[in-house]
Formats: sequence, structure tokens, C-alpha cells
Amino acid sequence: MLGSAYTDQATGDRSRVSPAKTAAFDEMRAEDGVRAAYAEIERWLRATPREQLDRKRHEAELLFRRIGITFAVYGEGGDPERLIPFDIIPRIIARSEWDRLSVGLRQRVRALNAFLADVYGKQEILKAGKIPSALVLENEGYRQEMVGFVPPGGVYTHISGIDMVRTGPNEFYVLEDNCRTPSGVSYMLENREAMLRLFPKLCARHKIAPVGRYPEELLETLKAVAPARAGAHPAVAILTPGPYNSAYYEHCFLADEMGVEVVEGADLCVTDKVVYMRTTAGPKRVDVIYRRIDDEFLDPEAFRPDSLVGVPGLMEAYRAGNVALANAPGGGIADDKAIYPYVPEMVRFYLGEEPLLANVPTFLCERDEDRKYVLSNIDKLVVKLAKGSGGYGMLIGPHATKAECEEFHARILARPGDYIAQPTLALSTCPTVVEQGIAPRHVDLRPFVLSGKEIRIVPGGLTRVALKDGSLVVNSSQGGGTKDTWILEDEGPDSGQVQSQSQTAGA
Amino acid sequence: MLSRTADNLFWLARYTERAGNVARGLAVASRMAAISARLGDEVAEWRSLLTASGGDAGFYRKYETPNAESVVHWLVFDPDNSSGILSCFEAARRNARAVRTALTVDMWQALNDSWNHLRNLAPEATEGEQLPNFLGWVQDRVTLFNGAAHDTMLRNEPWRFVHLGTMLERADNTARLLDVKHELFAPGEEGAVDYVQWQAVLRSVSALRSYQWVYRERLSARRIAELMILRPELPRSLAACHAEVADTLEAIGIGQGGRMGECHRQAGLLKAQLRYGRIDDILEEGLHEFLTGMITRTAELGAEIDAFYIKP
Repeated sequence: MLGSAYTDQATGDRSRVSPAKTAAFDEMRAEDGVRAAYAEIERWLRATPREQLDRKRHEAELLFRRIGITFAVYGEGGDPERLIPFDIIPRIIARSEWDRLSVGLRQRVRALNAFLADVYGKQEILKAGKIPSALVLENEGYRQEMVGFVPPGGVYTHISGIDMVRTGPNEFYVLEDNCRTPSGVSYMLENREAMLRLFPKLCARHKIAPVGRYPEELLETLKAVAPARAGAHPAVAILTPGPYNSAYYEHCFLADEMGVEVVEGADLCVTDKVVYMRTTAGPKRVDVIYRRIDDEFLDPEAFRPDSLVGVPGLMEAYRAGNVALANAPGGGIADDKAIYPYVPEMVRFYLGEEPLLANVPTFLCERDEDRKYVLSNIDKLVVKLAKGSGGYGMLIGPHATKAECEEFHARILARPGDYIAQPTLALSTCPTVVEQGIAPRHVDLRPFVLSGKEIRIVPGGLTRVALKDGSLVVNSSQGGGTKDTWILEDEGPDSGQVQSQSQTAGA
Repeated sequence: MLSRTADNLFWLARYTERAGNVARGLAVASRMAAISARLGDEVAEWRSLLTASGGDAGFYRKYETPNAESVVHWLVFDPDNSSGILSCFEAARRNARAVRTALTVDMWQALNDSWNHLRNLAPEATEGEQLPNFLGWVQDRVTLFNGAAHDTMLRNEPWRFVHLGTMLERADNTARLLDVKHELFAPGEEGAVDYVQWQAVLRSVSALRSYQWVYRERLSARRIAELMILRPELPRSLAACHAEVADTLEAIGIGQGGRMGECHRQAGLLKAQLRYGRIDDILEEGLHEFLTGMITRTAELGAEIDAFYIKP
């Protein structure tokens, strides 16, 4: 596994990839003892008998089942309405670490937004030769319908989820940007609720930054981009593909929390370029739509004509400035895996700053030189579909069989443009409750960044954990679980109180 | 409220009520068939039940003769019968799932648990002597759902659309049950078989005891017709159901600042005609003509509600 720090590798320069087998970074235990932020957790784990943890784990499961938080998993048979496993040991990030991350996230999202405004506008970054024009303009994620149109407030990525991994005390990488319809924020909120109910004392012994304001911040962000004529109380709605969508629970949850309607395509209609929702009291005008439907299905008149979940005429209303869409269509060009290597370049180009968050070096199999390297080092690399998501159709070289490597070898040769490859990172681990006891498991982090008139980040995020020993795949569709993520308001539990507090066993 | 939400609430209530009504019809018909078997016309009972359920054309496309086996299968399990018990619960749950946040937990559980039980039901559960238990269970589940809705829903628009669905479906059902037996109400000699049939009709709307409490007289065709059509005290009578429908529609209209339309007019007219109607006039006009008219007007009212609130 690779664990060295890279800043970026937009050029695909292999000379900086120096394979080095290292152990994964343990977020709780450093070589010289327990890390400060985890001091109290470590004591709590030592003092709490296994039976009590199991009991709490069971309670947590009952809690989630009763609330009905399910995630749909398709194509595997069995019950498609499943519960995502929740691990009761929180993942902790110290304030100073979070502050650095947070500044970097703001910078990155500003650059992504500037990139979108540019590629659908003057295309200066292409003219400057910083990114190959064809890579952008011929990309499936590039929407002709957005060319020459500026969305309300110039905002494209109202809600972005940036997937981060950690490899060392000060080494965070962006694994992936999500600028279309990132999900998972309901888990950030529900996981915290669950922890507060299950472990009130443990929570009280930490100064945890609250996350409960997220729905309010989201509503503010959405209201901020409403058309001017909507006045002080714009009508906001969440557009969902319906109950069979994997994130339907989240759509309803956010609508409930914000006090807005969750609508399906058939609930909306467009008359004279104005969007209305059908209510029992007649048509009601809609000003802002937080859409959780992919671009292709948004409007059968503009995109896929066979879409049954979209709203005919929506794009016309949007382009007429009568409704705001969050996120803006066409954002997929910014989170495309083939564009990803160029994000650090965007930061320099648009903001004139050095990127604060590092990218993972990425090989585009489309390029001859990169492909050659990937094919001869496939057993060391992670190979992903450039268009894929959810952990489907990917190869983790070091964990794959020879046959699997050969299969991907053939696939890359057949369709090189579909694949990218990255070195296998040693994702950090957190203590996690497993069958055999408490063991380190790999985690990632998805913070949610809101962009309206200003950028807002609720201190926290979704921590996903790979529950299988050694597994690096954290996706819930692939057997991953979640943890509550605590951003501490200080560097850790007050050391002056450690002795007296250690007497309190359990939570 | 979103029109789609109103639509889902209205139909989940209708389907749930329909499942209960099918179970009521089946319970009475299987009892009657057992009696008629001795008297020689078992098939007639099953045939009239199929007519009452409104799906007899579909039945005859798939089965030759109506008998215990074919009718029970058709009315309980057959996926081709959209008014079968299983289909009704499936449709009710599908509607409920689409509006989870508009339902109370108790309502959701009543529907979801019923559905989970039904989808794992062994075919033997409806065979022979098991049938009455099964039908009793279905009626219990419907009563549980109605009770959960009645006891836990806020009295605002969502509740009103649920209630509207229940009452409209119930009015339709009572008219159908009575209509398939309309020949019993023709003037003429009354025999022993008629008496058993009357009891069955009353049982199907849980009104045999109620009849005694209201009239304290021996069963007569005229009084049974009056009880089931015009008496406001009987909760499944046409008069009682249509009064609820009209009042509920009016409450929705008032809640929206007095916005009303054709559905309100039709519901008000039905309510008034049943409130002030006389049974002798109805019998003179012809019971069958009257009931067929009621079934048609109930369907028209449903369409008007749809046109005003759901798909304008």
C-alpha cells in the first residue's frame, strides 16, 4: 500500500509515486500512545464491558429500525429495504484538524464552482490550455443546455459532498468530489441523535460541535438563490424520483426537517415557463427546487425523452429565471473522475492560491503513457470506472485475484477511456466494534459544503467504515457502515479532569 | 396538501375498506352456500357474490364455474383481481409507503403488518374450515387500521381524505350488497329461504343485532331496506355514509376558505335525498333501479372529487 504524501498530479507524472508498504494510520493510537482527541474514548472502551457495548449496539439497531432509516440495495436478492450498520464508537477529529480541512474545503468548492461558471461561459481555462478542451467539451457530464446561461447567484454546486481519506496525522486527500446529488447527510444527523440518546454521559464529557443546524443552513442556502420576485418567503420543494430510490428516506427526512414539500415529477407542472405544484387547493408556485433526480431525467423535453420522473418544461422555466435548481444541471463535469486530476490546477487558475487539500495521483487510462503504467502495475493500483459511483465495478489491485486483474487488464484495453487508476492508499482506521471485539477498521469522511450567498459547512460529516477486516471499500452498497463524526471544540477532553473522570465507567 | 398525497390517502383508505368488505361478502356467501347446498343452489350464492364484488367479467375469463374453491381463490389471492383481498392490501400499502410522513406510525404498522402476514400466507389458510378464521382476521385488521386512523390522526386535511375514502367505499359496498339481493325485496310471498337470506344481508353489514334494536319486530324486506338505505343510526347505511362524505367534503372546502365545486354539490344532494327520502317511494320506483342509480352516482362523485382536488 502506498502512504506517501502527494500534493497533486495533474500531469500524471509517475516519478513521484514511490510505493512504500506502510501500516495504516490508526486515528486513536499513535506510536507514542493514545492521541489526545481519543483519550476519553479509549478510557471509555477500556472501562466498558463487551456485553454493555453489545446491548447498546442492539439498542441502536432497534432505534434505527423504528425510525425506518433504510437504504435500498439492488441486484443482490433478499430484502431491498436494508439498514446501514451503525458503529457505536464515534470517529473523532480535533478542532485544529477540522479547521484546516474546512478552509481547504471552502477553497476547493469555490474553485469547482468557478470552473463550472467558466466552462459554461468564457471557457478561459480551456483557452489557457490548463485542461484539454476535448476532455471537457466531449464529456458526457458536459451539458450543452447550460452553455451561456448563468444560474441564480452564479451558484452551481449548492450542496457538495467531498469524499476525504486520511493517511497520516496531517495527511488528508480528496478521493472524489460530488457536485451532483450527494447523499448521506441524513446519517450525519441521525447518527448524532442516536449517540446522544445511547451515550448521553460520554457525549457530555466531550465538547462536540453540534450538527443539528444543517437543515436550517440548507434551507437558508436554498432560499438565498430564489428568483428575486419570490420575495422574503420563497416556496422550496425537494424533487425526488420516488419511494423506490435508494435515498428516498433522506429526501423525506430533509423535507420534514425543513418544513417543505417532497414532490415527485408528476406533482409539478410548468405553465408559461412558471413551475407549479399541484395541491388540493389548486396550483401553487414553486421558486426553488432541491432536486435529487439526475440531470438526464430532470426534463424529458430537454434531456432523456423517456424520463417518467421528470418535469416537462422545467429547463425552460429555469432558463427564464423563474425557478432555481439546486444543484444546477451540468455539475457532473466538475466531479467527473477524468476531470478530478485537474482540480488543483483550477484552484491555482481561478483563485491564484495553492491548493490546501491534496489530490490522489490519478492515471487516465485514455493516455498512452498512463495506460502503459497502469497495465504493468495493475496489482498495486485501484482501478475505477470514470463514470461509476457507489463502489460498483472497481478493482483493488492488492486485494484482487490474478484472474480479476487479468479481466480488468482486458477491459482497460477494450475501453481505455472508461477507466482511471490510483495508487492504493492506506486509509486511516478507527476502533470499531466487530465480532471478535474492538478492532481498527478503515474509514473515510464526507463533509457537506453548502454554497449560497456564502459558503457554509456544518462541522461534521458522514464517516463511512469498511466493516470487513482489511477492506478499503466503505460504500454502504458494498457492506460498509457508518459512524457518528465528532468535531471537538477543543483539542480533546480536558487533561486536567482526566484522572477524576476515568473513574466513571461506561456511558 | 399535495394532490398526490391526497390521492394516496384517499385510495389507501378505499382499498383497505374494500378488503374488509370483500371479506364480509365472502363470509356471508360461504355461510349461505353451506345452507343452499342442501336446498340445491350453491352456485347462485357464489354468482351473486361475484356480481357484488364488481369483477365477475374477469372471473369468467379465468374460471368456468363459481364454486367455493374458484371464488375464494379469485377474491383472496388472484393477482388479476384488483379488488381481491391480497391486491387491496398490496395497493393500500403501496399508497401508504408513498406518503409515509403523512401517516401516523400506528396506521403504517396496521397496514404494513397486515401486508407482511398476507404475503407469506399459505393457501391452506383459506381452505375449508380455516376460511372463517381467515376472514375474521381480515376484518380485524381493517378495524385496527380504521381505529388507528380515527384515534391518531390530526384532524386536518390528510385525515379528511382518509375518511372520505373509507366512507365513499363503504357507501358503494352497502349498495352493491343490497343490490345483488334485490329480488328478495320484490313484493310477494315470503318463504323460509328468504328469511335466511335476509339474515345474511344484515350480517354482511354487521347489522342483525342492530335491526332488532332499531325495530324490535320480526324481519321484513321493507324494514331491512329502510335500515340499510335510510337509517342514519346504522353506520354502514347509505344515508350514514353519504352524510359523512358530504360533511367531510364540506370541511375540506371550509378549510380552504370556502373553495367548493361540483363534487360538493353532488355530495350534498345525495346526503339530502337519503336524509329525507321515504322507503315506500324507493320500493315503488324499484329497489334495483334505485341501487344501480346509487352505485353510478357514487362512482360519479368519486370522479368529481378526483377532478376537483387531485387532477384538475
